[in-house]
Parts: sequence; C-alpha cells; structure tokens
Amino acid sequence: MLTAAEARKNAPLWVRLLLPKDAPLYQRNDALFGWLMAFPALLILTVFLVIPFLMAFVVSFTNQRLISPNPAEWMGLRNFERLLSVRAFTLEPERDDSGAIVYQDGGIVYPRLRNFTRKNPNYPELDGLREFTSWQSGDNRTVILVADVVFLRALINTLVFASVIAPLQGGLALLLALLLNQALPFINVFRAIYFAPVVVSMVVVSLLWRFIYDGNNGLLNNLLGILSFGSFQPVDWLGNPYTALPAIMAMSVWQAVGFHMVIWLAGLQTIPASLYEAASLDGAGGWQKFRFVTWPGLRNTAVLVLIVITIQAMGFFVQVDVMTRGGPLDATQSVVYQAVQRGYDKQDIAEGSAISVILFAIVFVISMTQRYLTRERR
Amino acid sequence: MNRILAMLLLITLLLSAAPLASAQTELSLWYHGAGNPEERAVLLNVIEDFNASQSDWSVVIEEFPQESYNSSIVAAALSGDLPDIIDVDAPVMPGWAWSGYMAPLNLSEGALDGFLPGAVGVYNGEVYAVGLWDAVVAIYARRSVLEANDIRIPTLEEPWTGEEFDAVLETLQATGDFENAFDVGMAWKGEWYTYAFSPFLQSFGGDMIDRETYLTAEGVFNGEAGLAFGEWWQSLFERGLVPGTSQDPADRDTGFLDGKYALQWNGNWAARAAVEAFGDDALFLPAPDFGSGSTIGAASWQFGISSTSEHPEGANAFIEFAIQDEYLVDFSNFGGLAPATASAAAMSDLYHEGGPLEVFFGLSQAQALVRPVTPGYANLSLSFEKAVTDIADGADIQDTLDAAVDEIEQDIEDNGGYGFGDM
Repeated sequence: MLTAAEARKNAPLWVRLLLPKDAPLYQRNDALFGWLMAFPALLILTVFLVIPFLMAFVVSFTNQRLISPNPAEWMGLRNFERLLSVRAFTLEPERDDSGAIVYQDGGIVYPRLRNFTRKNPNYPELDGLREFTSWQSGDNRTVILVADVVFLRALINTLVFASVIAPLQGGLALLLALLLNQALPFINVFRAIYFAPVVVSMVVVSLLWRFIYDGNNGLLNNLLGILSFGSFQPVDWLGNPYTALPAIMAMSVWQAVGFHMVIWLAGLQTIPASLYEAASLDGAGGWQKFRFVTWPGLRNTAVLVLIVITIQAMGFFVQVDVMTRGGPLDATQSVVYQAVQRGYDKQDIAEGSAISVILFAIVFVISMTQRYLTRERR
Repeated sequence: MNRILAMLLLITLLLSAAPLASAQTELSLWYHGAGNPEERAVLLNVIEDFNASQSDWSVVIEEFPQESYNSSIVAAALSGDLPDIIDVDAPVMPGWAWSGYMAPLNLSEGALDGFLPGAVGVYNGEVYAVGLWDAVVAIYARRSVLEANDIRIPTLEEPWTGEEFDAVLETLQATGDFENAFDVGMAWKGEWYTYAFSPFLQSFGGDMIDRETYLTAEGVFNGEAGLAFGEWWQSLFERGLVPGTSQDPADRDTGFLDGKYALQWNGNWAARAAVEAFGDDALFLPAPDFGSGSTIGAASWQFGISSTSEHPEGANAFIEFAIQDEYLVDFSNFGGLAPATASAAAMSDLYHEGGPLEVFFGLSQAQALVRPVTPGYANLSLSFEKAVTDIADGADIQDTLDAAVDEIEQDIEDNGGYGFGDM
C-alpha cells in the first residue's frame, strides 16, 4: 500500500500542484482524479462532436450555404417543412363539356398534377409538392403529396435497413460466437477468419462486392449458375430496384458480423463454467442450457449489441456512396447519404444539417425505446 | 558528437537562408493533380522556367489530390488563406468568382487569341481563368467493324443523324458479336454524366437551363426537346443497346478494347490505349446530330487568380508565361491532352496534321459547348445526373424532368438568382 506522501512524490508535477498537501490521494480526490483522467477524452468529444452538433442544430434553422456571398438568414422551420411535409390531395377526373368523365385507353383521364403543384395561386399549400403514392377511390384519385420524395424514400430505406440488419446481424453474430466458443484446435484461426472483414475498410469491401454483384459475369451470378446447373438466370443485383437494397444489406451483415461476434464471445466467457456444470447435474439439455444459463448471462451484452448495431445501421452511407449512389430509382437512398449529398455536393449546408438533426432525433428515440424495453425488471 | 550537431545546425541554417538571399517575391500556386505524374512534371518544369526567366517572382507549388482539392479551396477561402494562383475546374469557376474567391485575369491584349473556346473561362463578360489544354469526347469505333456492317463513316461536316445513329446501334447489336452496341460509360457516376450526356440533350434542342436568363429551366429541360431526348435515352437501355447504371467499372475501362462493346463514348484521355490496341483501325467519330447540330462538352482544369492575392501582377505574369505554345505542347505530349491553341496542336506529337489524335482537335474546335456558366452549376449538374440516371433506370420521363426542373428552380430561388437578377 502506497502512502500518500509516496504517491505524491511519484505523481506528475501538475497533480502535485492541484492537490492539497496532506490529502490521501486515492481516498479523498477520486472525483477530481476521475475528471482529470476523463479530461482529454471530454475535450476531444466536445470539440469534434458536441460543438459541431450544436452548430448544425443552429444552422438547420437558417439558409446557410457552403459557398455563397449571400448572408445567411434565419428561416425558422423552413428546412424541416421542406423535408417532412405530407399532404393528401384528391384529383377529380377530367370532364368534357357535358360533365361526363373522359376516358382514354380504358382508363379515366386526370388533369396533370403539376397544374396544381406548380405556382398555382388557387393551391398555394400544394406548391412544390410531388407525388409519393396514389390510389383509386371511386372515380377520384387520392394522391399522397410530399415535399421531398427522395428524402422520404431515404428515411424509409434507412428504417427498413436498420430493422432488418439489427436482428439478422445480431443473431448471426451470436450463432457464430456460440460455434466458436468451444475448445477446439485452431479455434483462434477461425475467429480471425470471421473477424477479418471488419478490419478491411468498408470502401474496399464495397468495391469488391460491386464486382461480385455484377449483372453479367459477377461471381455471385456465376456461382448460382453453376450450383443450379445453368438454369439460374443472371440477376443485375445492384441495377434492379428490388434486389439492390437486399444486396447491400447482405454485404453489410457479412462485413460487420465479426465485430459483434467478438462482443458476444466476450459476453459468453463471463458466464462461469460452474453454472453449466450445475445445469448438467440437474439434467439440462443443450437448448435448456442456452435458454436458462447462456441467454440470461448475455443480457447486458445483448442490449449493447442491439443498440450498437441499430445506431450503426441508421448511419449507413459508404456502401451507398460506393456501390449505387442511391439508385436505381432511389431504392438505396439513405438518410446520411442525402445529408452528405445536400450539405456538401449541393452546398446546401443548412438542409444537410436539418437532415442530421432529424436523424439524431430518430436515433435518440430508438435508443431510448430500446433501453426502456430491455431494462432490468425488478 | 557536439561537433556533428553543430555542423548539422549550420547546414540547416544555410539551407533555410538560401531562398531569402534572392529578391524574388513568393507566389503560391495550388494544384489538383497530385498523383498524376506526367502532368505534374510538365507543370513543375513550367514553374522552374518561369522562376528562372525573371527576378521578381518565384512560384511555389502546393499539391492536393483531386478528390479533396475543391474542399481545400473552400476551406482556405473561409479562413482567408487562399493561394495567389488557383487551379480551377472550369464549371466550378463561376461559383468561385461569384463568391469572391477569384479575381478576373489581367493579361496583355491578344494573349488569348487562337485559344479554343473551351479553354477560356469567361464569367459575367470577364476572363477569370484560362486552360492550357482541353478535354474532348468522341465516339470510339473500329473501321473494320463499321465496314463489315456497311455503316457509313461519319465526318465532322456530315455526322450521323439521330435516326442513322439509332439504326447503326440496332445493326451492331443484331450482329450478336457484342454484349452491347454502345458504351456510354454509366459506370463513371458523377460529373461524367453531365459532361458527357448533356450534349445529347443540347443536340435535341434542349438544355439543362435557359442560358438567356439562367433563372429558369421550365420548357427548356422538360419541354418537347427534353422529352424527345428522354425517350431516346430510355429506349437505349430498354433495348439493351447500352449497358445500364450498374455497369462494372472494369468493363468501362477495357470493354471496348476487349470487344465487348462495338462503340464507346469516351474522352481523348483514353485514345492512346485505343490506338495502341487497334492501330489504324481505331476511329474517333463526331457526336451524332439529333436535329440541333452535334455538340460535345468543353472546358477542363484552368488557372486563375485569387481575389485575396497581394501580388496579382505576379500571378498574371505567371499565367501569361505558362500559356506559351511551348508548354501547351508539353502538356499535350506528356499528358495526352488536347492543346488549347491550333498553333500548339500543329507542333504536338498527337494532334498535328496526320497525327493519331488530330481529329479530337477538330472536334473541339467545331463542336464544343461549355457547360452552363452559372454559380449554380454544382446543383444543376447533380439534378441532371439524377434525371438521366432515373430515366435510364426506367422512371417516368415527364415526371422525372419536371422534378429536375423544380429542383433547379428552387435552388436558384434559394440563392437569390445567383446574381442573374432578383428572384
């Protein structure tokens, strides 16, 4: 046990100056010491995370541009309205002079939507809106108009992405961890193999998978062709609106699954072997051991893995940027990709900031909900 | 030991003092081409010659990778650290000029006589930048393939008409020898789309924006000409004549050389590889004429002067020095670029009369049309890129063009007309 005097002698000069002379360092100044230790990390987080976010929050209410001689003005909620406005609108059929509905090619003819949404003084509330989806209701057509079709697609894609990725990637990682948590020869080699994609940069992975997914002679199409003895028709994985997002999901899971496998492994190894021995003595089978020993023991790990995957998934960007740039037909737009494209490429930093603020709010709500649902019930 | 240290110190002092000995004032130049060894070597040579040719100025180069160059300039402008001489991509120049990053050039009378129109960066009636070269796009083809299919070889005076071109593509596709008849380069997502495909729209009689006012795109982009362009463009993909938006980048680079594609829409930078692969069989053909003349994009990287430079007369002197034919020829010979003047072209290895790439110079002189000269170009280009991508992927043409127009006009309005009038 170190005496206070010895500890002070060994401590750096600034610590010695800050602390009272006769205080036992490790008893009375824990809190101060803690803050001192945390100070470098806090400083970096504040400068590079907290301040930029606060700036983005302020900028999202203005019309600040990246490059412009025009001064920024306070715009209130305009940016958010432009991103999130939704309206329903009923289109009435075109009628001829006698008031009868006009038909053409077997369908009812409607006036062009753009007549209402483009600078029409009778419908100022529709100005600049675009059709998101529509359906038939009697002779009329009900149209859902939104201010920003692309952003809405991005938002939906991102939510779909996260809700598929979180259970899939978490579950797969757990399965791998269970398989690799055995005392087999060369087990570390397998662990290294599954972890390898995590170490490779996402940009490189995306580039490689672009070749794998190639529509004509990609690896995946060739493989499926061989496995099905040539009966498989090649699919243009990234060029088809229906397969592009699932293709990116599959790649993302493959890339990141090793990381969460390691976290699960760490969780598995905290469960004492004595519990399994006791369970065996009680006559528990494999599934019962997992259900009543392993799973309860992994509770905290599960919460961590779920939240981390969700947050990472909400921010997916690199895959889109390298592989599809949001296409085909907006099938792979993501919220972060739109934030970058607008804030940076389109130089509309205010709108990009508004998107970031919206994303922050969504991630915050999701994380809090997950925390609440997975809380310990006493 | 101490003696060695003392010696080292002395040497360092001497070395750092050496530049101070000369009376030359330093001018900084920022360059985008780190990672392009040929071009860089020529530029370094120009700088060396300039520094040796007079005793007032000494140009010092600082290099950036192309991907981060523009953001470096923007960051420097915000923090007031712009260099004296700026290297600028032509379509970006109006934005920088409008934002006050750049000052007009002040060259001696007649210095730019004989320059290709694309090499002179004019905004608001003043010359802000000048290029030492231009890039040119053509249809890559093989004489043997065209002749085997009884296809007329077009000329500058008589390019393929739209209908003729369509028939050519159908014929080539029907031979079954090629995966696709024509490769337009969908793998090169980004500025290539606007640079390479907007000339087709212009040849149909449309444009991305009304160049009279630069305030509206209604009826220009989404009018009849735009619709005709959109229908033709979409049909290329529907008929399988052209590889789609998911094209493999490797196929883009080697597909024409490997015989996967019969024709290719590509720039002069790839011409040397084609000549090496096919020799005299390689042809570089003018853009088809869809009714309003054939057009190709123009203007590449250029040099200009920052508005905050303390020595604009020195910066002007350097630019005037650099645009001598001698250096234009060097850039062309070593970098494969099209020289910016006819006299330089005549002296260059690739573009002289009878030279392998001579045709490109003619194309640039005859067909080049610069991209819209507006500070809003960045947005314009992205809207155009999205529209042609979505149309290629099968989106409704009129809706897509209308959406692009709305987006473009919204942006112009948000920016108070970009200096072209009140909005």
